[in-house]
Amino acid sequence: MTSYTEYATGEPVADRKAPEGPVADRWDTRRFQAKLVNPANRRKHTVIVVGTGLAGGSAGATLAEQGYHVVQFCYQDSPRRAHSIAAQGGINAAKNYRNDGDSVHRLFYDTVKGGDFRARESNVHRLAQISVEIIDQCVAQGVPFAREYGGLLDTRSFGGVQVSRTFYARGQTGQQLLLGAYQALSRQIAAGNVEMHPRTEMLDLIVVAGRARGIVARDLVTGRIDTYFADAVVLASGGYGNVFYLSTNAMNSNATAIWRAHRRGAYFANPCFTQIHPTCIPRTGDHQSKLTLMSESLRNDGRIWVPKEKGDDRPPHKIPEAERDYYLERIYPSFGNLVPRDIASRAAKNVCDEGRGVGPGGQGVYLDFADAIARMGRKAVEDKYGNLFDMYERITAENPYEVPMRIYPAVHYTMGGLWVDYDLQTTVPGLFAVGEANFSDHGANRLGASALMQGLADGYFVLPSTINDYLARNPHHDEITADHPAVQEALAETEDQLNLLLSVDGDRTPDSFHRELGELMWELCGMARTESGLRKALDRIPQIREEFWRRIKVPGTGEEFNQSLEKANRIVDYLELAELMCLDALHRAESCGGHFREESQTPDGEAERRDEEFSYAAAWEFTGTGAAPVLHKEDLVFEYVHPTQRSYA
Amino acid sequence: MKLTLRVWRQRDADADGGMSTYDVDGISPDMSFLEMLDTLNEELILKGDDPVAFDHDCREGICGACSLVINGEAHGPERTTSCQLHMRSFRDGDTIDVEPWRAAAFPVVRDLVVDRSAFDRIIQSGGYVTAPTGAAPEAHATPVPKPDADFAFEHAECIGCGACVAACPNGSAMLFTSAKVNHLNVLPQGAPERETRVLDMVATMDDEGFGGCTLAGECATACPKGIPLFSITKMNREYVRAARKGRR
Amino acid sequence: MALDTRTERRPSFAGLLWRSTVGKKTAMAVSGVVMLLYLVAHMMGNLKIFFGSDEFNGYAHWLRTVGEPFLHHEWFLWIARVVLLAAVVTHGVAAFQLSRRDIRARPSKYVHKKPRQSYATRTMRWGGVILALFIVWHILDLTTLTVNPRAEAGHPYQNLIASFDRWPVTTLYIVAMLALGLHVRHGFWSAAQTLGVGSAARDRVLKTVANLLALVLTAGFVAVPVAVVTGAVS
Repeated sequence: MTSYTEYATGEPVADRKAPEGPVADRWDTRRFQAKLVNPANRRKHTVIVVGTGLAGGSAGATLAEQGYHVVQFCYQDSPRRAHSIAAQGGINAAKNYRNDGDSVHRLFYDTVKGGDFRARESNVHRLAQISVEIIDQCVAQGVPFAREYGGLLDTRSFGGVQVSRTFYARGQTGQQLLLGAYQALSRQIAAGNVEMHPRTEMLDLIVVAGRARGIVARDLVTGRIDTYFADAVVLASGGYGNVFYLSTNAMNSNATAIWRAHRRGAYFANPCFTQIHPTCIPRTGDHQSKLTLMSESLRNDGRIWVPKEKGDDRPPHKIPEAERDYYLERIYPSFGNLVPRDIASRAAKNVCDEGRGVGPGGQGVYLDFADAIARMGRKAVEDKYGNLFDMYERITAENPYEVPMRIYPAVHYTMGGLWVDYDLQTTVPGLFAVGEANFSDHGANRLGASALMQGLADGYFVLPSTINDYLARNPHHDEITADHPAVQEALAETEDQLNLLLSVDGDRTPDSFHRELGELMWELCGMARTESGLRKALDRIPQIREEFWRRIKVPGTGEEFNQSLEKANRIVDYLELAELMCLDALHRAESCGGHFREESQTPDGEAERRDEEFSYAAAWEFTGTGAAPVLHKEDLVFEYVHPTQRSYA
Repeated sequence: MKLTLRVWRQRDADADGGMSTYDVDGISPDMSFLEMLDTLNEELILKGDDPVAFDHDCREGICGACSLVINGEAHGPERTTSCQLHMRSFRDGDTIDVEPWRAAAFPVVRDLVVDRSAFDRIIQSGGYVTAPTGAAPEAHATPVPKPDADFAFEHAECIGCGACVAACPNGSAMLFTSAKVNHLNVLPQGAPERETRVLDMVATMDDEGFGGCTLAGECATACPKGIPLFSITKMNREYVRAARKGRR
Repeated sequence: MALDTRTERRPSFAGLLWRSTVGKKTAMAVSGVVMLLYLVAHMMGNLKIFFGSDEFNGYAHWLRTVGEPFLHHEWFLWIARVVLLAAVVTHGVAAFQLSRRDIRARPSKYVHKKPRQSYATRTMRWGGVILALFIVWHILDLTTLTVNPRAEAGHPYQNLIASFDRWPVTTLYIVAMLALGLHVRHGFWSAAQTLGVGSAARDRVLKTVANLLALVLTAGFVAVPVAVVTGAVS
């Protein structure tokens, strides 16, 4: 077997679905070109949807409304608990209600630029076009967006853009949008159009004659492993940030669905593009199980600083003004504390690496509201940020009105995911990926309030249009049965792996491996990456994997509710995915968006993109565990938004 | 901190359950309650015992998965979710009782995990606005007075955790049901289905085996999102109004 | 699926109410309010005892002639009795059915108990039972005179004094009236919530009215036996 890093470069991939012509017309053209399924025939088609977050919930509901028979899965006890629910900030839409110069084209432009020119123009433009419909749809569902006294929708500006295009529902926009989708889905469940399987986890994809025809899934309560068949499979299983163990993802968010699909032939694109959010509550010790995000709106009024001297452990109020380093304001005088997420995160890491971090373990920086309180008064600060301050106090037991908050970056979102074309179809025909599970719209960095927009755009509007075309062209009159060799193979592999996990009976818990892998990834494939670090990680991961299979201990049996088994089974996939992330990060010897390679920076320490070499999306083909994957490049063409180097100094 | 835990252990829905006692040591006051249980579970696994099963996911108080009755109180002594409860709310040497939600409509799945699908079925029976994708009018076509929008939001905050049912001496789901009824019924978008919504959701709530409301008020005290008891009053009004008007 | 069948038929208002827990509570609230109004009138009538036997017996006689000549003799009284009986039965049956349902809905108790409900809330069920038993005894004692050995029909003042001359009766009566006070205290406020009248803004007023009603009714009813026992009325 060749070394993992000696990957081959295969045939380029290209999106062949987006029509030619002006970018603004492509979506209309595509919808017109797409074949339709006769409404009377739709109920004969079964579509499997995995996941019930914004993308999956909205897709399942919409497909069922169109008349398809939907079979939907989520690992949670209810579709309402998908992690989209935790999104705080808001959702972007080019409504231009503020008359502040916003437009579809501006949202398109901002998203391509914000993604550091690593996203596909056709997809992003469509996203911007659809954004306006999403708001209409959600309002019609009864989503209680914030409103002005006149009864019209309120908006705010978010994430360093100059227009006010973010719609929000206090700090719980994700919750409200998700519940809207959940309710729409619930209506279809009641109508018998959606067959819902909660507490059921997808463990493999069934591919028959080159087409996705079903999944293998485990009932988490009884442990029963079953096969489900369909004419198309939609993965809406979210991102893979939990590779890092500590992240803002939910504890059980996992990469199993997309990774097993990757193993069955779906290319995985840009796995190294991960977003690290600068304003999270720092960890308090080794017991930490997850990290909590605090809205980045805090950076509008808070000032970020650390002591000038290393190892200064005086309490913050004892450190005089002259001995504080407001490093963002110092390094980026024009943007100050409002630089984009990746820059703010990296700067925090740098000062902590210098030994100037604050709080337990020196892994934190101050976010100080003393000046804001002096300037606006405590009342005004309370009105604006009260709920965030309360949340901070509940978690840390420190009063942020008196003691500066401590923040530290944390893994938050993964821009990479399964490679999809304009129709959101992966390289396995009949397998679609929507929401964070795909790679399509955010390039190398996602703008604030755009994740909700993409999830709902994919689920409510894009997929339900494009999947018609696939189903119309592939009517699948052949029944699949459980005794088909491909089905038997997938089932046997799934069962074998679970049995193996249970039989090792070693001396280490699943969490101990997950934590070890997470620390390694955070250290070597986190905010700043180097060739030597990545090579080290690529050496280390196979060793951890080997040790995992030797020493893992999973109590209980497979025929019962067994959370340790679920966890261990997900770690198996993290141990493979982590390797691909490091390889992708190693091969991309440039800095762009969330991917910062220390070797590729400008003289003043900024990320340096290398468009002539890397203006492509890297789609990786699986060839075997630990075996070098094959790289397929999708060249990115920028006809409308011309690449420029970002500068925030 | 050193603590004694008494935890409800039950193999599956049909098995008998009982309290088991565990000692845990080295607990940091900064840990969340669930991280404390993680610590216990790590020890149990290494000892070859079955870890304690409990529902949890986001661990930031919004998904509604976590569901522990701690010392007889749903989500424990603070007004928050179990995942946002920190060990600093306890004292070194404390004995802490941990039990699952108890209600006929929430059968135990295993240990501290219960089946709350009855909540989903309540929503399925009317907790939505019939607005198929694509059929929506322009968002600004119908202004909503800010007080109504705020009222809707306050009720829409419900995370569906079930603490209200767990705390209610009658195992009633009135607070949960009323939160959704009030969220949608106050909005112009929810008006066309205003009557059927409340009638059907209450009927489903009854069918699922939840108890009736005696206005003991325990639900609102336990609710981590602060849904007020008057939410129930408001739904009662909606119900009588709907029963009187009948279906349209 | 419940959804499908329910959209078809159109149940009657009463049927709809009686079938659901929310509706049954409404029936309890309405019947409770009817009984409460009666109790206020009953208590005011009782207080006439302080104005002597003629006034009290005259009032009792008048109750039988209300509405004449439109109503026949005692018709008003019988109408009132029928309404009250309906209210008591509705209230009792609904309470019984709801309680049985509530107990079924929480079959296993928490190992760690945390009593926190207010006294009035906790006493609604057995308080209701005490009141039901009391009503039966009360009717046998002062209406049918079955258990009042020295009683004579047509002389309510004397019958009342004869009854309260027995200290166990007086004690029982006072205990029942305390139970009534607690029941009314939670019951009135609860009925307001059930009928949808409550709100955060109105809550103080409702609670105050509930407390006042409970206090006035208990005091008003207890005043009579106390007066008899102390000899203030004889």
